[in-house]
Amino acid sequence: MERVPILKLGDLLIVSIQVDLDDQTVLALKEDLAEVVVARGARGVIIDISAVEIVDSFTGRMLATIAEMCRMLDAHAVVVGMRPAVAITLVELGLSLGGVRTALNLEKGVALLDHVRGAVP
Amino acid sequence: MNAEREAAIASSADVVAVRRLVRSAAIEVGLSLIDQTKIITAASELARNALVYAGRGEVRVHVVENGSRRGLKLVVSDEGPGISDVERALTDGWTTGTGLGLGLGGSRRLVDEFDLLSEPGKGTSVTVTKWAR
Amino acid sequence: MSSHADVERRLGELLRTHEEQVISRWTQSADAPRDELTELYRAILRAIEEGGRDLADLRGLLAELSRSRARAGYSPAETSKAVFGLKGALYEIVVAHADDEVLRGFIRFARLIDDLGLFTFEAYAEAREKIIMDQAEQLLELSTPVVKLWEGIVAVPLIGTLDSARTQVVMEKLLETLVETGAEHAVIDITGVPAVDTQVAQHLLKTVFAARLMGAECVISGIRPQIAHTIVTLGIEFGDIVTKSSLADALAHAFRRSGVQVSGGPATRVTVRAEQA
Repeated sequence: MERVPILKLGDLLIVSIQVDLDDQTVLALKEDLAEVVVARGARGVIIDISAVEIVDSFTGRMLATIAEMCRMLDAHAVVVGMRPAVAITLVELGLSLGGVRTALNLEKGVALLDHVRGAVP
Repeated sequence: MNAEREAAIASSADVVAVRRLVRSAAIEVGLSLIDQTKIITAASELARNALVYAGRGEVRVHVVENGSRRGLKLVVSDEGPGISDVERALTDGWTTGTGLGLGLGGSRRLVDEFDLLSEPGKGTSVTVTKWAR
Repeated sequence: MSSHADVERRLGELLRTHEEQVISRWTQSADAPRDELTELYRAILRAIEEGGRDLADLRGLLAELSRSRARAGYSPAETSKAVFGLKGALYEIVVAHADDEVLRGFIRFARLIDDLGLFTFEAYAEAREKIIMDQAEQLLELSTPVVKLWEGIVAVPLIGTLDSARTQVVMEKLLETLVETGAEHAVIDITGVPAVDTQVAQHLLKTVFAARLMGAECVISGIRPQIAHTIVTLGIEFGDIVTKSSLADALAHAFRRSGVQVSGGPATRVTVRAEQA
């Protein structure tokens, strides 16, 4: 099983998913991320899925779970770079990722986190 | 070209393999990027269903033709417990597992044709087709 | 009484012996390049010698001929006449060598050519249909521009009747543009749309939701009273989607959301200044 690397940048964590996700990999990512968020005291997590071609209901639900988990650990999560085809498919599937913050790309994700943290110090 | 391809589903890594198989066939048939994504996602949902509810299953991929239109037909079958209430299984949010219950109903919305055959105690077979536009 | 095989053999011989002559006559009447007809002639000859069972090669050639004719603007009659012309070309030879077998062979041959002619006609029609479909698609792409209104704000002005296919194309294009330009605000303006049905309204909604998943906000503007009425009557939930009556209002909304300030009224000098969001 592959493990998705978690990059640390100041109090941000950046997860760039470059592989076709199988369920085990997503579950492992969730666990790894929870540990690193706590260990590093991270305040923001950016999950870049611009290379991900398929997000099915399981992966979509996991993204929502990861975001929710981050919130509980006092970190804001942003999912960035979702492809149009993936977004259309998720809407058709009936998955709204309720409450997950999203941004068009990594840069905008960082800006969004700055903005969010500026508003809620 | 019309050769049928198949793959066994026995682990979550196989679900990823199914996606690859369906992707290469979808490209061959000439589905648009969005339609490729939809049928691959549907295949992923159905393959996972087979894995979760029956422990294992298989996928067969056919290239089909209707006049000048080409399409991709997938048959995902298992020998699991089957579904006793098909109507209900297709309702969003209904699940006997741990998922969201979007697998079957959601996959139906992602494809052009959807056919579900299930016999309690014998297994389930779902046939879906996506036509190139 | 001679068997089918004899008749076919005799016909095959005749076609082979007089190949040059028949093709020359055929070329004259058919208005087609000699090479193409020669190739076709040999395929027909092969099919006859094999008893007319395997016509796959022949059909392939004919389909190609039909396609190229359809693209070049020939009429269907002209196209199938090219095939029927072979009958006339062979007739002279048959008359010169008329015996019982040859005549019976010619009748069978004529039937084969009729079939092939009809096949050509069908292939032609199919090719034309394909051309029309391709053109419709090109038209679709032409008629759906996504325009940039401001840094970070794009718009799709939709004009004319929206069907499900067209709406889908526009929406896909809009989402692609969001990725390419990094625009976080989009306006879907339907001022020029006379009516929407359930499917089209659903597509619009799905686009707004898909854009949200990607990290962008869509505003729908220019909803006419009748369309608003339809949407409500159909029971379609627009929920928390922002709608504005005009494109100008939608732009003002997008300006506010992205921190752009516009000062001054319509009659005065307008200065625009962008704030760092």
